[in-house]
Amino acid sequence: MFENIGEMVVLFWRALLAMPAAWRQRQKVFEQFFEIGNASLLMVSILSFFVGGVIALQTAPTLVGHGLASAVGGVVGLAICRELAPVIMSILIAGRIGSAMAAEIGSMRVYQEIDALRTMNINPIQYLVMPRLVAIVVALPLLVIFSILVGWLGGALVCMVNHSIEISFASFLATFQDVVRLRDVFNGVFKSFIFAWVVGVVSCHQGLITRGGPRGIGRSVTKAVVNSIVLIVILDYLLTRVLME
Amino acid sequence: MNSHASDQHGVRLEVRGLHKSFDGQEVLKGLDFEVKPGEVFTIMGPSGSGKTVLLKHLIGLEQPDGGEILIEGRPISSPEVMDQYRMAMVFQSGALLNSLTVGENVGLYLSEHRLKSPEEIARIVAEKLDVLGLKDAENKMPSDLSGGMIKRVAIARALVIEPQLILYDEPTSELDPLSAVAIAREIVRLRERTHLTSVVVTHDREMAFGVADRIAVINQGRILAIDAPEGLRRDPNPLVQEFLQATFKRQD
Repeated sequence: MFENIGEMVVLFWRALLAMPAAWRQRQKVFEQFFEIGNASLLMVSILSFFVGGVIALQTAPTLVGHGLASAVGGVVGLAICRELAPVIMSILIAGRIGSAMAAEIGSMRVYQEIDALRTMNINPIQYLVMPRLVAIVVALPLLVIFSILVGWLGGALVCMVNHSIEISFASFLATFQDVVRLRDVFNGVFKSFIFAWVVGVVSCHQGLITRGGPRGIGRSVTKAVVNSIVLIVILDYLLTRVLME
Repeated sequence: MNSHASDQHGVRLEVRGLHKSFDGQEVLKGLDFEVKPGEVFTIMGPSGSGKTVLLKHLIGLEQPDGGEILIEGRPISSPEVMDQYRMAMVFQSGALLNSLTVGENVGLYLSEHRLKSPEEIARIVAEKLDVLGLKDAENKMPSDLSGGMIKRVAIARALVIEPQLILYDEPTSELDPLSAVAIAREIVRLRERTHLTSVVVTHDREMAFGVADRIAVINQGRILAIDAPEGLRRDPNPLVQEFLQATFKRQD
């Protein structure tokens, strides 16, 4: 993975240079955007609801047991918006969309479709990579905002209905409002914006360097997902350090 | 063909001392040849002899390790040459974009470069498909086409560029004899209509001798012979004769 970092930086730079053509490619951007949203919305809803629920289940009984019921809303709220929603949704998108990007571009590479584009003087980065990057860097932060809201709802509902917690929705909301600030949500959304670039660039790069037949495509898909996840986790630590300052 | 196409003329192509290696293995070992404007130049040779790699160099998809390729005396590596001269390649697999319809594939060059209005593109696409006998295929997906149709769509896509140099990579491979003859006929017709320069890489001896003005035989990255079809039949090189006369006879 790390031996290709230079190539990925170059790809990222070339994609940025191709951005002025984004409006011309708006139909492709919209198709990709729809693909990401359509493919992921249901999964994001289910995952976010249960992540919110499980974080409430893991933390709230202990906090309540130590007389810290007033901290439950804040802990659940912060954990979801600062950490769980951006990281888990980015990993989900790496698995669902990053793999599709690597597979699609990889098969185009293997079956000479990218060579055909080049013989027609069509820049594959402008035609294939840039629309996917624009779509994912817009879609992932929006999905994370949605995920944060659903996650909070899941956490609040579990706190209401679980017998070992039993915190009303109103008191969950009151403690939540005392702790969670708009800045915390912004931090999470900002992280997801960075992760979106990572997933997009890593996946498109893997697609573009695919060699061999179907086995090569399979390898590229696996590498795209694994490398994206590793980079997301490493960057998450670094971004958290920076955003905590 | 539109008026622009009738004004077309082929370009002179020169290859000088072309070398290429992959992972230390030399694939092209100093190729030298020239293709005259408007000529149909066929390259034959056994599998793995470097034919497709050579073709990719001719259109700029590969960079040589040594030597040069000149279009009208100017190196292909300079960007203005690629802008000034129109070149197209028909890939062995067709290389149609599977996510686009046949019509979108054929019109891709014009639509992506915004060279014509959508109405004009639709008219040109219909015209090119009609020329190649694919009138009803415009809205089909590449996955719905037969091998012969895919090759013809790939030729139609190349024609939209109105190329001065067209490269065919194994245009008749995997085709039945009737489709192969139709493709060969189309290569000759195109040259007659537009006077473009054609380079055809093929294993198909009948086709090569039928369409070519001159034929080069290549083996292990070296050119063994270049001659007109009749001259090549009399070439003294035993490797050339072995390739040209290879037949299977059942031993009972």
